Amino acid sequence: MKLTLKVWRQKNSKAKGELESYQVEASEHMSFLEMMDVLNEQLIAEKKSPIAFDHDCREGICGSCSMTINGSPHGPQTGTTTCQLHMRKFKDGDTIVVEPWRSKVFPVIKDLTVDRSAFDRIIQSGGYISVNTGQAPDGNAIPIEKDLASNAFDAAACIGCGACVAACPNGSAMLFTAAKVSHLNQLPQGEVEKTRRTASMVAQMDKEGFGMCSNVGACEAECPKEISIEHIARMNRDYVASIFGGRKS
Amino acid sequence: MDLTDETFEYTISIPIYMSWITNFFSSSIGRKVIMSLTGLFLITFLIVHLIGNLQLIAGDGGEAFNQYAYFMTTNPLIKFVSIGLYTMILLHAILGFVIYFKNKSAKGGKPTAKNRADVKWASKNMALLGTLILFFLIVHMGDFWFKMKFTDTIPLVTYEGWEPIKNLYHQVTMTFDNPLFVGTYVFSMVVLGFHLWHGFGSGFQTLGLNHGKYNGIIDGIGKFLAVILPIGYAIIPLYYYFVMR
Repeated sequence: MKLTLKVWRQKNSKAKGELESYQVEASEHMSFLEMMDVLNEQLIAEKKSPIAFDHDCREGICGSCSMTINGSPHGPQTGTTTCQLHMRKFKDGDTIVVEPWRSKVFPVIKDLTVDRSAFDRIIQSGGYISVNTGQAPDGNAIPIEKDLASNAFDAAACIGCGACVAACPNGSAMLFTAAKVSHLNQLPQGEVEKTRRTASMVAQMDKEGFGMCSNVGACEAECPKEISIEHIARMNRDYVASIFGGRKS
Repeated sequence: MDLTDETFEYTISIPIYMSWITNFFSSSIGRKVIMSLTGLFLITFLIVHLIGNLQLIAGDGGEAFNQYAYFMTTNPLIKFVSIGLYTMILLHAILGFVIYFKNKSAKGGKPTAKNRADVKWASKNMALLGTLILFFLIVHMGDFWFKMKFTDTIPLVTYEGWEPIKNLYHQVTMTFDNPLFVGTYVFSMVVLGFHLWHGFGSGFQTLGLNHGKYNGIIDGIGKFLAVILPIGYAIIPLYYYFVMR
C-alpha cells in the first residue's frame, strides 16, 4: 500500500517544527512502528536525517511509542498503543498526519520524541509504598477482596504513556495521577500512606503545570489501557479527605 | 539550620491554619471542587428562580408576581441569601476564567489534526458558554434587578390591602415587547442548556461522586434539568411576545 505521511519534524526543543510530507510503501501486515522503520530506512538511504520517535517493547506495555496519529494519540484504534496498531487499519493512498504529544509540560526533544519526565517526578512524589525490600512476599499472604483487587489492577494497568495528557483539551494529567493514586490507595499495602501520597502527588502534578480536568472524557477514550475516569473521582475524594482530614499543615 | 531573622519573621508571619486552606484553594482539585459546589448551588437557584418567575404567566395581570417580587426584595433572610448567591456567581465566574487560562497555557500547541469525535462540543466549550451566560446575566440584571433596586423608573401599583409597590410585571412586559430582547433571552437559554448538559454531571464527577449504581440517575437528572430549565425560562419572553402582545 502507498501512503503519504505528514510527519512533524523539529530539530530540538527550541526549534520551530513543521509537518513534512513523505511517500512510503508499506505492507498492511506491518505495525505502525514497522512502517515508520521502513520510512526511516528510506530516509537514511537518501542520506536524510531519520525521524526520531520513542519505542521499546513493541508489545503494548512499555508506554514509549507516543505519537498522535490523525489527531488521536496512538492512532484510530481504541485500547491499543502505536506498536499494536497495524497498517490494515488504513487504506491504500491514505494521507496520515503524525505528530508528537501536544502539551506544554511535554516539550518536544526531537521530531516525535517528547520529554515525559514530569510523570517520573509525579511518581517520585508518592507513587510507591514504603516497605523494606527483600524477598518477594507470598502472593496470598494478605487477603484482598476480588472486586477491590480487580479495580486496583485496572488502575495499575496504566503504562504512563501520556496519551491522556495529549488527548485532553486542557493538557491535564489527572487520569495518569488518578490511576497511580487509585491503584495504591485501594490496596492494604498502599492504604496506610493514602493521605500523604494523594496530597503529595496532586501537589507535584500541579507544580509541573498540567491543566485541570473538566470531565470531558477524551483521556479515557484515548487511553491504550482504557482506564476509567472513575479513578479521577476516587482521587478527588481522597484528595479532599487528605486536605480536610489530614494533618494540620 | 541557620535561623536568621528573615526565616523567623517568615515562620511567625503566616498563621499555621492558612497553609492547608491556601493549599486547597490553589490546588487544581480544590479549584475544581469549588467550581462544582458553586455550580450545583447555582442550579438550585435556577430551579427556585424559575418557579417564582412562572407567576409571570399566571394570567392575573401580575398581582402574584409583583407581591412575590416585593417579598424577594424586602425580606431580610432573602437579602442575606442573595449575598451568598452573588458571591457564588462571582466565584464561579472568576474561577472559571482562571481555570480556562491555566488550561490553555498547559495545552501549549494544538494538534493540526482533529481529536476523536466522541467528545461533546459543550464539554470542551464550557468557558465560552459560561462567558455568554455572564454577558446575559449583566444584561438581565441591568434590565430588572438594577432598575428594581436602584432606580425609580418602575411605576407603582396598589393592590387591595397593600401599600403601593413597584410594578415589576410592567417592566417585564415592556422588555419583552422588544424582539431584540426576546431573541437575546431565548438564545441565552439555549446556551444555558448546553452549559448544564455538561455541568451537572461534571460537578458530581469532580466531587468524587462517581458510582456505577448512580451515574445513570445523575446523568439523567442533569440532562432533564438541562432541557426543562431553559425551556421553562424561554417560555416567558416567547409567551409575552407572541401571545400577550
